[in-house]
Amino acid sequence: MIKAGFIIALFAALVTGLPVKAVEPNEILKDPVLEQRARALSKDLRCLVCQNQSIDDSDADLARDLRVVVRDRLKAGDSDKQVMAFVVARYGEFVLLKPPVNARTSLLWGGPALVLLFGAIGLVLWFRRRSSATAEGLSADEEKRLAALLDDNAASGETDR
Amino acid sequence: MTANLRLSYFLPVVIVLVLAAIFWSYLGEIKDGKSIQDLPSALIDKPAPVFKLPGITASDKGFDSTVLKQGKVTLVNVWASWCAPCRVEHPRMMQLAREGVAIYGINYKDTPEAAKGFLAELGNPYKTVGADRTGKVSIDWGVYGYPETFVVDTKGHIRYRHVGPIMAQDLTDKIRPLIKALSK
Repeated sequence: MIKAGFIIALFAALVTGLPVKAVEPNEILKDPVLEQRARALSKDLRCLVCQNQSIDDSDADLARDLRVVVRDRLKAGDSDKQVMAFVVARYGEFVLLKPPVNARTSLLWGGPALVLLFGAIGLVLWFRRRSSATAEGLSADEEKRLAALLDDNAASGETDR
Repeated sequence: MTANLRLSYFLPVVIVLVLAAIFWSYLGEIKDGKSIQDLPSALIDKPAPVFKLPGITASDKGFDSTVLKQGKVTLVNVWASWCAPCRVEHPRMMQLAREGVAIYGINYKDTPEAAKGFLAELGNPYKTVGADRTGKVSIDWGVYGYPETFVVDTKGHIRYRHVGPIMAQDLTDKIRPLIKALSK
């Protein structure tokens, strides 16, 4: 009986358990609203040491320091935008996991649309060529040549036999 | 029809050539010792951050950002005793100091004893060392790897950032020429 209970408890813990986050207890702000904002912002900031993780996910020393900086700025009364601007001013736009839309990132954001456009153009050209090939049919001259060839073939076939 | 056909024949060749050119340029950068992990500093050509750092121990002098605006080209080197590449780089710092370059050290997240031991063992190339125990000032400089070295011009603007240890070639190729050019 104890065993069954243990397994149920273990299963429940596995199903409902929250994923372990890098944020340490002493970093968490007392104000839950501010903490919520800090978490949301941290998810969009790149950890510069382990470059494909957010600072919210990373255990790196610098990520921890940046989480604290984000929280310090929020406590000082900064808006979300101001906090992001503060970090970008120091580390550049690369620190944003979601790149902003501007002239430098136009190819990045417009790339998929361009690929779609080229694909569509290619598809239209392909269909056009196919339909024009079937619609043309044979000219009178070609019909005559074909008939002659078939006749020839039939005749030679008979003599061969 | 035939024009179309020709185009579709050559398009793959054109794509391959364009890609080859892009890859070739990246290969060149790698050969020049550049890594994709070397990020451009957001502070290039901007004024150095305003800060004030205490010395390694209470009896040591620290420094603040005003020393970077005294009409001389300066180097700011972020280092720590626990950072192995800093040890590798150290002889070049000594070399520059002997050549008369003003180098200010930011001692990143170190203990006073370890920092002192490092300088006592290997020599002290720094005019002054400021201790950044929380790492906050280093964040203001946009530091993410250690060591990092900044070249600051006569007006206190950051002109160049080097991530990782400075090797002999970096001195001859970049640091020395830049200091010379900025000193004019």
